[in-house]
Amino acid sequence: MAGKTLYDKLWESHVVHEEADGTSLIYIDRHLVHEVTSPQAFEGLRLAGRKPWRNNTIVANPDHNTPTKDWDKGIEDPVSRLQVETLDNNIKEFGALVYFPFKNKDQGIIHVIGPENGTTLPGMTVVCGDSHTSTHGAFGALAHGIGTSEVEHVLATQTLVAKKSKRMLVRVDGQLGTGVTAKDVALAIIGKIGTAGGTGYAIEFGGEVIRALTMEGRMTLCNMAIEAGARAGIVAPDEKTAAYLEGRLHAPKGEYWAKALAYWNTLKSDEDAEFDSVVVLNGAEIAPQVTWGTSPEQVLPIGATVPDPAKETDATKRTSIENALKYMGLTANTPIEQIQLDKIFIGSCTNSRIEDLRAAAKVAQGKKVASSIKLAMVVPGSGQVKRQAEAEGLDKIFIEAGFEWREPGCSMCLAMNADRLSPGERCASTSNRNFEGRQGPGGRTHLVSPEMAAAAAIAGHFVDVRTV
Amino acid sequence: MKAFTTLNGLVCPLDRANVDTDAIIPKQFLKSIKRSGFGPYLFDEWRYTNYGEPGMDCSTRPLNKDFVLNLPRYQGAQVLLARDNFGCGSSREHAPWAIEDQGFRVIIAPSFADIFFSNCYKNGILPIVASSAQVDALFKECEAQEGYRLQVDLASQTVTTPSGHSFTFDITPTRKHNLLNGLDEIGLTLQHADKIKAFEQKHQLAQPWLFA
Ligand code: SF4
Repeated sequence: MAGKTLYDKLWESHVVHEEADGTSLIYIDRHLVHEVTSPQAFEGLRLAGRKPWRNNTIVANPDHNTPTKDWDKGIEDPVSRLQVETLDNNIKEFGALVYFPFKNKDQGIIHVIGPENGTTLPGMTVVCGDSHTSTHGAFGALAHGIGTSEVEHVLATQTLVAKKSKRMLVRVDGQLGTGVTAKDVALAIIGKIGTAGGTGYAIEFGGEVIRALTMEGRMTLCNMAIEAGARAGIVAPDEKTAAYLEGRLHAPKGEYWAKALAYWNTLKSDEDAEFDSVVVLNGAEIAPQVTWGTSPEQVLPIGATVPDPAKETDATKRTSIENALKYMGLTANTPIEQIQLDKIFIGSCTNSRIEDLRAAAKVAQGKKVASSIKLAMVVPGSGQVKRQAEAEGLDKIFIEAGFEWREPGCSMCLAMNADRLSPGERCASTSNRNFEGRQGPGGRTHLVSPEMAAAAAIAGHFVDVRTV
Repeated sequence: MKAFTTLNGLVCPLDRANVDTDAIIPKQFLKSIKRSGFGPYLFDEWRYTNYGEPGMDCSTRPLNKDFVLNLPRYQGAQVLLARDNFGCGSSREHAPWAIEDQGFRVIIAPSFADIFFSNCYKNGILPIVASSAQVDALFKECEAQEGYRLQVDLASQTVTTPSGHSFTFDITPTRKHNLLNGLDEIGLTLQHADKIKAFEQKHQLAQPWLFA
């Protein structure tokens, strides 16, 4: 018999019950909660007279609706404010392990605060009513997004009804060139397998390039597994994982730490494990990536030109290229480096961690944002990231270069708060989705790494960060 | 959850691949703390020519006359015909809530995004995966024939076209049973409460730090 994959091990260690058709009850160790997808779940619980099964598995905080400046003014939009207050009240009523209300010094994007407080650990099952829960797979956890009915189900039963996914290995061999980041790897993978390429799969990321990535880089990569269609992305834990976690607030302590380490060491795919699908990329061939269209799979290396629908033979693909070019206001065959930008957004659960900010600051240091850029903003992922960045003087570098330095939150990743693009505006963004209207109605989003976003801010258009 | 047994419904064809949940229901409507009332905002940016805000009265908003949902022949449709990777993107259950609120009970596509797919079942919507060739044929027939309806029967797992052609679809026995009977999943799971507790004890012994 073939060995087991990491996914098999994570799955099997959480099965509570299995039906004949494979439908299973999976035990959930960590439940992350934010204000947008939880109110109806708590309301359902209340209406049924139920209580959370284990409220000390809950880590919660508002992030989508919170403003990123003038915190003293509170949340101006009454609808947003009500949603955030509803979360406050629900947590007050039902309890949680960790709750950072709006303006708390540690508040931030849920996928940033979970790991940095040591509440995401190898071997766990982690869920959240948010598709980018895949981020936490970077720690060797089985982590994925769920809908609001499932949020209620997890609250009430500590389990999820699920079926096992197929197993895909995405191996990135070799080494990345300088200026090429985890974000570029993620985009290159999506460019290769498409946004539905991972549908029905849990992806394990492996290979030399993945092992060489920092924890921040692995989070960026797993964050975007969902953009490849896979609910979960996983990286096997190693000494970097342990080093990142040691000493964090909720990480195991004392005798538990040693025991946990011993267990985490078993969390890897066996040598003879079999995957249902294997995709291989060569790290050395990956260049900095830029999306040109309205789906993350519409991505190209920086040196390329925008595609020409006339050259596409498949009718459906041709139509989607035409639709995307029209929405994006781009002409076929334009070199990507000639695309002029209006706004720059450095932030989101993909790229708002300290390492991302350091990388962007390094590019921006001593330079000025181009005068044609209307707004360049840096939104740290959490209060902790913000304080760390300020301690290192990164805020000064950004401000001197002409960037705005904001309070933490989701911000212009999905523009539920006041930060958004106006119709027709073009943005280089370090977030994860370039869908129509994602950053504001009519807004045009190009996804890039933090380094590429900073370089684009300075130049006013895209540039190859390897040459600046 | 709402039960689903059979449906004879008018079909509306949405000829676009990779329709994401941001397109199905834009984020500004996610600020609601309710579960209902999303129907008028379904496909908001495609459906209206002005920018939609939560709470707006949609009956007076300017319509995009070309958008398929606005064509008179598709008013009252209950079956949504779609293309590959329908429902990709965010996990927002507001997407199936909006689809259901608009009156759709069945979605037929060659493929769906995983989270959206499971969210449908929680809301009494039946997502049907059909082959690309089959979906192509349905698009052609539906566009050619005004008043095109499909007969969907969950018990026999069949879809029948007006000409009497029928094809079958897959669904797991558990999902089928729950949907046919409109069962409350949480109630069902809580019948296994003893198993969950037993698992928890074993799990705590193996990884005590998760319970510290
Ligand atoms: S930063 Fe963006 S993708 Fe991440 S949780 Fe917030 S809205 Fe979602």
